[in-house]
Amino acid sequence: MSHHEVHPAELDIREVTHTAGDREVLSRVSLTAAPGEVVGVVGPNGAGKSTLLRTAYRQLRPTHGRVLLDGTDVFRTPRRSLARRLAALPQELPAEFELTAHDVAAMGRTPHRRRIGRDRLGDERIVTVSLEMVEMAELAHRSFDQLSGGEKQRVLIARALAQEPGMLVLDEPTNHLDMRHQFDVLALVRRLNVTTLAALHDLNLAARFCDRMCVLAAGEVAAIGTPAEVLTESLLSEVYGVRAEIGTHPRTGAPTVLFGN
Amino acid sequence: MSGEVRSSASTVPQGKAPSAEPPRPAPERVSPRERRLPYPIVLVLLGAALAGAVVVSLAVGSVSLPPTDVAAILVRQVVPGWSDPGWPATYDTIVLDVRLPRVLLAGIVGAGLSAVGTALQALVRNPLADPYLLGISSGASLGAVASLVSGIMVLGTLATPMVAAFVGSMITLVTVYALANSGGRMTTTRLVLAGVAVSYVLSALADLLLSTAADPHLLSSIRFWTLGSLAGAEWRTLPIPTTVVLLGLAALLWRAGSLNLLVAGEESAGTLGLDVHRFRTGMFVLVSLMTGAMVAVSGSIGFVGLMVPHAVRMLVGADHRRVLPTAALLGATFLIIADLAARTVAAPQEIQLGVLTALCGGPFFVWLLRRQARRERAVR
Repeated sequence: MSHHEVHPAELDIREVTHTAGDREVLSRVSLTAAPGEVVGVVGPNGAGKSTLLRTAYRQLRPTHGRVLLDGTDVFRTPRRSLARRLAALPQELPAEFELTAHDVAAMGRTPHRRRIGRDRLGDERIVTVSLEMVEMAELAHRSFDQLSGGEKQRVLIARALAQEPGMLVLDEPTNHLDMRHQFDVLALVRRLNVTTLAALHDLNLAARFCDRMCVLAAGEVAAIGTPAEVLTESLLSEVYGVRAEIGTHPRTGAPTVLFGN
Repeated sequence: MSGEVRSSASTVPQGKAPSAEPPRPAPERVSPRERRLPYPIVLVLLGAALAGAVVVSLAVGSVSLPPTDVAAILVRQVVPGWSDPGWPATYDTIVLDVRLPRVLLAGIVGAGLSAVGTALQALVRNPLADPYLLGISSGASLGAVASLVSGIMVLGTLATPMVAAFVGSMITLVTVYALANSGGRMTTTRLVLAGVAVSYVLSALADLLLSTAADPHLLSSIRFWTLGSLAGAEWRTLPIPTTVVLLGLAALLWRAGSLNLLVAGEESAGTLGLDVHRFRTGMFVLVSLMTGAMVAVSGSIGFVGLMVPHAVRMLVGADHRRVLPTAALLGATFLIIADLAARTVAAPQEIQLGVLTALCGGPFFVWLLRRQARRERAVR
């Protein structure tokens, strides 16, 4: 196992604009995540959540603006070094190739490995621990193709954890998960000392687990702040076009959206 | 992070199996790994099978030789003076000059096609890929035919068709990939259709070129070769394809980890440290080089690159660091045996090797297609 301590990273998205054709998918979006912070990105479909995340994990070069990780432009960082610092969960599944759950999670060790040679014993331990963290260790040798959607998602999260990142970028990590596993996954992210940027669909889950939330609407930041600051009745009607009351969760104190359209 | 990983893992409730999802029937959930033989044993068994196939292939033919003598002749090549030759001197000629080049070429082409098939399947993220099905072999054939018919041999009679075949396969691969990929997601249907369509056009072009060829002898020999055959194997044709295939295998093995990442998906591969675009370009060149070198000497032998990787994944799993060496061994063994059948089943007539592999591969392809369709239905 590696002996270095992983420090949570600092993310600084500065005035990012992305144009596809003549459509501005993102316009001057700025967003920061302090070390260890969990920041949720919410907004209606097509608001630019995935696009914003893709610029953060270096898949999409913004037309203008910069994405800095620990002060360095991600597009100036070699991919392999970036992969040791930042793990991402894009919305895609591995091809059907008889991979086991363990094979998929073990891919997370690739950026730490030399190109030739056997896996180090430490790698194997990290993969196992990562699978344990998402409660998939027992299914490690099952065929990935035959897992349920939720199980697949958890294995992919284990792959990201196996990268031992300081920064996690998660695109709808709770997709396909049933309620219990939605909670478990976000609680896990919360517990890790890793800076996290996550696109989330469910406003209540976001409010419950995020330090701060960024609301995107038509490619622009509509609001940014703590869940209590962001989730207002006027914002919901403006951005989502729904009428809803905002309550307070009796136990956690988190703002809670009560839909009453 | 190691410390954190461990401490936070301990706060996860242990011993509770994820119970939220309904249980499924047992047979589906049997671990594929538990049924598998250990990897070193697989390699040893396949190595032994390959050695056996070589010896039997060398022994069987218009003149049958005792396998023990064949083995002794081979060993004497490595250890001079080992065992007293108690066999007629003609045996040496038959084994070493007549049969060995062909058996070696079968082994090289079998290993190469299987490795190329494995790499292509990872590149297009679809287990239904094969140099023949994607039309790459046809492209290589067309290149080689063009150079043979035109008689332009700038680089000599051996290397010129190979370079032409390489150019042909490279152009085809890029075309088929672009066609299958156009307008978003690459589906199996689009991939296979693009391969078949391009392949037909290229074969037609090759036939057109052949019909302009004046020399009827050249014509019939080319026709025979385009259908896939190792009958033309000689010692002098061996060095180039052997070198290209062995170096290609080494290169693929060196990047096996990156092939694994491609299977994870393009974006995922990128976030795991792979420059997908550059890697894929390099792989296209490598795969085309290998295909060109093989097709120039053996014609289009189909379905080997489809069947072998699939069988290998069932044996050793999906990790390309294991799949590639195993596929090379199994592919070599398979093609040596197939070629033995090609020249003995209807003796003294010879069946084209490509016809034989298509006879096994076609039904296999249909089975894979049906299985994939079933799985896709099951997901919905």
